[in-house]
Formats: sequence, C-alpha cells, structure tokens
Amino acid sequence: MSFISLLWVLLLGSLLGLELIGKVPPTLHTPLMSGANAISGITMLAALTLIVKAEGNVPLLIIGSVSLGFALFNVVGGFFVTDRMLAMFSRKPSNKK
Amino acid sequence: MNLPVIIKFVIDLLAVLLLALGIKGLSKVKSARDANRLAAFAMSLSVVGLLSYYLGTSGIAIQSWIWIIIGSIIGSLFGAILAKKVPMTSMPETVALFNGCGGMSSLLVALGVAIFPISGGQENFDFFKSLINEVSISVSIFVGAITFTGSIVAMAKLQGWLSTPGWTQSKFRHFVNIVFAVASLIAFFDLINGNTSSIWLLVIVSSLLGIGVTLPIGGADMPVVISLLNSYSGIAAASAGFVVDSQLLIVAGAMVGAAGLILTQVMCKGMNRSLVSVLFGGSLSAQSTASSGSGEYTNITSCSVEECALTLEAANKVIIVPGYGLAVAQAQHTLREVTKKLEQNGIEVVYAIHPVAGRMPGHMNVLLAEADVPYEQLKEMDVVNPDFPATDVVLVLGANDVVNPQAKNDSSSPLYGMPVLDVQEARTVFVIKRGMSAGYSGIKNDLFDLPNTSMVFGDAKKVLNDLIGELKDLGVGEK
Repeated sequence: MSFISLLWVLLLGSLLGLELIGKVPPTLHTPLMSGANAISGITMLAALTLIVKAEGNVPLLIIGSVSLGFALFNVVGGFFVTDRMLAMFSRKPSNKK
Repeated sequence: MNLPVIIKFVIDLLAVLLLALGIKGLSKVKSARDANRLAAFAMSLSVVGLLSYYLGTSGIAIQSWIWIIIGSIIGSLFGAILAKKVPMTSMPETVALFNGCGGMSSLLVALGVAIFPISGGQENFDFFKSLINEVSISVSIFVGAITFTGSIVAMAKLQGWLSTPGWTQSKFRHFVNIVFAVASLIAFFDLINGNTSSIWLLVIVSSLLGIGVTLPIGGADMPVVISLLNSYSGIAAASAGFVVDSQLLIVAGAMVGAAGLILTQVMCKGMNRSLVSVLFGGSLSAQSTASSGSGEYTNITSCSVEECALTLEAANKVIIVPGYGLAVAQAQHTLREVTKKLEQNGIEVVYAIHPVAGRMPGHMNVLLAEADVPYEQLKEMDVVNPDFPATDVVLVLGANDVVNPQAKNDSSSPLYGMPVLDVQEARTVFVIKRGMSAGYSGIKNDLFDLPNTSMVFGDAKKVLNDLIGELKDLGVGEK
C-alpha cells in the first residue's frame, strides 16, 4: 500500500466518521462515546502484528503482549460497559415488577 | 495476489463496513444495543482476519501464540471485570481509563517498532518510506502518551483522587506547557533525523505535556477533555496504522477521531464554552473566587418534607431537575416511586435534562433509564424551558450550576452565558440538597436566595423516602 493511498484511506475514514456521527441524539452521547472508545482499541491489531513479526525477540514479544493487553482492556471493557448502558434503554416499561 | 491476501482484504472490508454500520446504529435508541454488538463482532472479525492472514503466509510461531494468549487473557479479563463492577455513576471516569489504555497501546506499538525495527519490512528500503515510518512512529508516541497521561489525570480528578493544585492556575502553567511542547517538537525532529535515543525524550516530554494540559482544567470541564482525548486515541490508532501498514486501523482510528471531535463540539456548546477556553482558561472555581460571583447567602428559606409534600399534592404540573447529586445518592429509583405516586394523582411530571446533566451529555438519561423512567418524560433543555412559567413545582435534585440564574443575569459571573434551566420562572422551587456547599464549579447559586425557592436539607434518597411517606399520608396516588 503506497503512502498516498493510505492518506486517502485516512481522509475518507475521517469523512465517514463525521458523517456517521453527525446525527446522534444527546441521549446516546455517553454510550456512543464509550462505544467509539472501544473501537479505538483497534490498535490491538497493531499489537498482534508486532508479536507475530517479533521472531523470537523476547523484549519485543513482551512489549507487544503488554500493548495487546492494554488494547483488549479498552476493547472488551468498552463494549461491555456500552452494552450495560444500552441495556437500560431497551428495557421495556411493561416488565416492571 | 494469493489467497490469504484476498481473504484478509475481504474480511477487512467487511469489518470496516460493519464498524461503520455499528456507529450508525448507535445513533438510534432502538438499534443501539444491537449496533454495539455488531461493532464488537466486527472487531473480533478483524482479529480473525489478521491471524488467518499470518497463518496463511508467514505462519505464527508457538512463542508468539503464547504471548498473544497471555496478553489477551489478562487484558480482556481486567476489562470485563471492571466493566461489570463499575457503578453507572462513575461512567465518565471509566471511559477515561479505557481511553488512556488505548493510547498506551498505540504508544507501546510505536515504541516497539522504533527500538526493534520489524524484520521483513525493510527489503525495499528507500528514504521516503523510512521518513514516513519515522513520522508515524513519532506521532503515535506523541499522541499516545498525551492520551494516556491526560486520561489518567482526568480519571483521577473525576474520582476526586487529585485536586487542582494552586500553581496550575497561574499564568506560569502556560510557560511550562510551552516548554514541554517545544521540547517534544525538538525530540520529534531529532527522531526523524535518525537519532533514535531521542525517542525517550519524546515519551517523557509528551507524557508531561498530557499531564500539564489536563491538570489545570476544572472538574466541570472534564467531560469535554475526555471526549477530546477519545478523539486523540482514535488519531493514535490511525497513526499506529501507518506504522504497521494497516488500512483497517487507519479507517477505524479516523472514524473514532472524527467522532470524538463532533462530541467535543456538542459538549462545548452545551456549556457555552469554547474549546480554547476549556483547554487554556483554567478551572472555573479558581476564577470565581476572584470574581464578584461568590458571596454569602442572605435569604435562605428552608422547609420541611411535609410542606414540600403538601405543595406537590396541590400541583398540576411538576418538573424534576435531576443532577449528579441524585445519582451519587443512588436515589433514581426512589425518585421514580415519588413521581409514580404523583402521576397516579393526575399530576403531570416531566424531567428536565440539561445537556450536561450528570457528568457527560446523556449520562443522566442513562441513570434515569436505569430506574425505568419512561423515555418520553425526559425533556431536553430547549424544549422544557418555555414550560417553566406554567409550572407549579420544580424539584431540583442534586443539580446546581445548571439552574443558576447568574448565568443569565450576572455578566461578571464565570458561568455567564452558559445555557441554564429557567427554574426560577416556576411558582415554587424546592431544592433538595445536603448542605449549602457550592456546585461543581464552586460558584454561589443565586437561585437559593430567591423568595420562591425553598431548601429541603438532607440526603436526596432519605428526603425522597420521607416524601413517599408524607404523600402516602396525604392519600396521594391511592385514588
């Protein structure tokens, strides 16, 4: 992938983000922030790449593993917490005790 | 193109599509939960895509698998446990913490690549390519470090572990931060020039810059900062994408970066603060001690729960203004009991939600939804403000700054210009509050001095429980 095409990817990704998020009701801002935050943990892919390409270099393996841990903490925690918040919205008023 | 490359390409494309659909779905209450799961699925799909690509091409060594599994288990486990245990009231801190860890991850990846250049990537070495590599490594480190330390400081401040030190409110802090910024710029260019040792300078100085910029910001502005840092973590992910040459990372990072910026803008609007004044203006409370806004209360009326119940019983229309204090007292459910009784008596009940009620936009909606409050009863500020003059009783529960009339009347007040709920227009206002302490901004609330305002002192939950008892005695809600 050439640098220029990566720049295009960056530009189009940003525009997509602006367009997708422009129309969210304030109610959902906190869940959205937390969901988007979980997605930013996509750096886990970079960490994985690092580990796979480390080729037995132990310090690099450790750095990659720690990085993967941080990223997954972000991803797993982020999605769970978002789900917990959204579960409250989807609860129907009819099933009150 | 061989098979593994094609498979990875298709999976990546699918993952981007699903992530975009996920973010889109998060914008509607109905589809939000499924959308969140869709995004989570897209993320796991992207991992499968990456791993299968390496399995199909270079293969993955046993040693790599071990470290992958160790990192995954530890990270996921802690993330899941924290997500399950954390109370809804501390959501902003939690998001800050997760966010900081995302930044840390990008920082470590860039650091790893910088110290031990990835083998296999250098066969078609040319100057332009290595320049891009170094620039993206530097950006990853710079943004990642700021995101990490900034988020941790934000979390500590929201948790109350860290207060705003006095020296950070003087002009001196700008000087310090400029020194950090210049130093990181020097390290940045030194690194690009091929001096690898300056990488540590960059790490240290940008970490300090993250702390230096976040520390002076007052607690009330913290949500804006968290949202901005959320945007940064997206940028950090995107630049890590340049480091390891992954389009998927760049797209996802850019989407999050753009999302964070939009949210930040929305929050600033809600508080009538510009991003510049949030970042460089210092803490609101520190300004207020110098301004004429602070002072003694002269005309406080306090009343009993019984009086409050009597007034409520005679009302036709009641507006509830919930704030963070309500959430801290865990009184949402008790509040819901009170409003149910009132509704059964034919009294119209509406909740007025200030854009920044709670600690983040939408935070209060989450907390009220937890207590089964019907979605339709939550009214936003612009919708509800014209209703106050026709309202009999307003109950202010744990909200403070968002009902301060100073924001409209007193141009010397630091709150001046912030959109507020015009509760003073209502016939009677009850403020349920533990004591006379100031709000999050540390500013005196003129509302409390008004003749139509009565204070009901006590813990929100206890007062509401007493209120239920009084209303029962009055026969409210039993038809």
